[in-house]
Amino acid sequence: MTAMTEINKIINEDNLVYKKTNLLLDNEMHYCPGCTHGVIHKVIAEVIDDMDIQNETIGVSPVGCSVLAYNYIDIDWQEAAHGRAPALATATSRLMPEKYVFTYQGDGDLASIGCAEIIHACNRGENIVVFFVNNAIYGMTGGQMAPTTLEGQVTATTPYGRNTALNGHTMKITEMIALLPGTRYVTRQSAETPAAVRKLKKAVRKAFENTREKKGLSFIEIVGTCSSGWKMSPTQANEWMKENMFPFYQLGTLKDE
Amino acid sequence: MGDVRLMKGNEVIAEAAIRCGCDGYFGYPITPQSEVMETLMARQPWEQTGMVVLQAESEVAAINMVYGGASCGKKIMTSSSSPGISLKQEGITYLAGAELPALVVNVVRGGPGLGTIQPAQSDYFQSVKGGGHGDYKLIVLAPASVQEMNDFVGLGFELAFKYRNPALILSDGAIGQMMEKVELSDYKPRWTDEEVQEISGSWATTGKRSDRERNISTSLELDSAKQEQFNHKLQAKYRAMEETEVRFEKFHCDDAEYLFVAYGSSARISQKAVELGREKGIKIGLLRPITLFPYPTKAIQEMLSQVKGILSVEMSAGQMVEDVRLAVNGKVPVQHFGRYGGIIPTPEEVLEALEQKIIGK
Repeated sequence: MTAMTEINKIINEDNLVYKKTNLLLDNEMHYCPGCTHGVIHKVIAEVIDDMDIQNETIGVSPVGCSVLAYNYIDIDWQEAAHGRAPALATATSRLMPEKYVFTYQGDGDLASIGCAEIIHACNRGENIVVFFVNNAIYGMTGGQMAPTTLEGQVTATTPYGRNTALNGHTMKITEMIALLPGTRYVTRQSAETPAAVRKLKKAVRKAFENTREKKGLSFIEIVGTCSSGWKMSPTQANEWMKENMFPFYQLGTLKDE
Repeated sequence: MGDVRLMKGNEVIAEAAIRCGCDGYFGYPITPQSEVMETLMARQPWEQTGMVVLQAESEVAAINMVYGGASCGKKIMTSSSSPGISLKQEGITYLAGAELPALVVNVVRGGPGLGTIQPAQSDYFQSVKGGGHGDYKLIVLAPASVQEMNDFVGLGFELAFKYRNPALILSDGAIGQMMEKVELSDYKPRWTDEEVQEISGSWATTGKRSDRERNISTSLELDSAKQEQFNHKLQAKYRAMEETEVRFEKFHCDDAEYLFVAYGSSARISQKAVELGREKGIKIGLLRPITLFPYPTKAIQEMLSQVKGILSVEMSAGQMVEDVRLAVNGKVPVQHFGRYGGIIPTPEEVLEALEQKIIGK
């Protein structure tokens, strides 16, 4: 018996333990090896599929590495100008209050150029979900400093490490957002292990359920890696994240009302 | 006669929006147009038609809310004045690039910079030559009365949806602030979900349907060959506008030997100057562009066999005069007369400018 025949015997419906959701399209992903975006996309697509809200969900993609997110999840999408996704989502949600509207933004997009839009969308308590992928760097433009870049971290624009006197302090925008009365659920998650992915999926589900119950704004930060920007292998990047990011960006739920 | 009122131009913009079935207004306060949002907030149209009205945190946010709302196939608008319109340029080019219909109102004030809060027409270049980046055009309507502030809201939306392109009402602080008699439009209901599907279902992001692929509202295309093709498509659309949407008005042009070309407030003043000139025996006419893009180039050219000279009258240092000169192409003298920085010329000044710059030469 050849190896192929053996495999074909195993691949049958009775033995199926995992199937990729159809919402995750088969378009070739442009993300680098080891990038966290792919996992996060999968989790969001799975939750939309599980809740059977594909036809009720509108995603808003940012400018940054996930600018092409609309190529990967099979829902209607709007592609925003840099930082402005919460403004698009605000209008979309208010005009179609029965829909599920989410933004998907990186740390440069959300915490730097889009700081005003996210703070005010949160403060108004828009009935949307915000996914904030924090890898402490501008990935798409080649690894420049973001507001979330750690002190001492080397980037393309902090070649000698982030110096707070020169570059300002590392910004914990999620903590700021949790202070705003318009937010209902604010949590910081990760996606580096199967256990973390399962926890993330629960948080994503809760966020979309909050939209269904018109509870207001749910904000999920996902601390992730950027192996290309950090100039590390994917495994090294995961280790670096655990050693340096997690102590500063502590995982857990900041607010759940 | 329908519903006739005495109203401010800015208030009429708000009233016309509600009456034409506008779905959403997103704005930010700035003088001299704040009455638009104030009127909407006082009218509470969400109670009557379901229209969404929101004061955004900035002009930047407001125009991006317009992008989000327009992406849903809804009738969405914003208004501002010059410095605020400068901030909106990013969003406007994205709207053009994503081929989204929307209505923007600019109640122009004098510039540059913070400038003045008094009326001006110094945003012509920004409006018709592309204020944001990239090769794009807006449909630009120039009202010269409070009545046209009413009429152009409905017309602006009609053209915006016809071409899937943002439209701009280029008003100014005088027309925004002055009160005139206006016959308001009749109420038109907002589009139902079914009508939105019928009109914009092929592109609007209203939630994926089982009978179509996902809709994506984007201006991004990383493949340059495809992006060039897309630009060809946009240019063809702008040519179609030039062929079918030119609007203008003529006043005393039949026997005119001299011509004013002026839009908006300047056209009102030039109209009076025509009357003053004719009392003195000078055969003057006025050609008033109503659409600034597409521009009434042919209408100007058709006057060239009879006129000896043209004065372009603007409350600017000379912007529209460039388009008049392009149309005339050196066949007769063209001069510019303008007051600016918030100063409105008198009809006497305008007539004197014609006599000195054109007739006396």
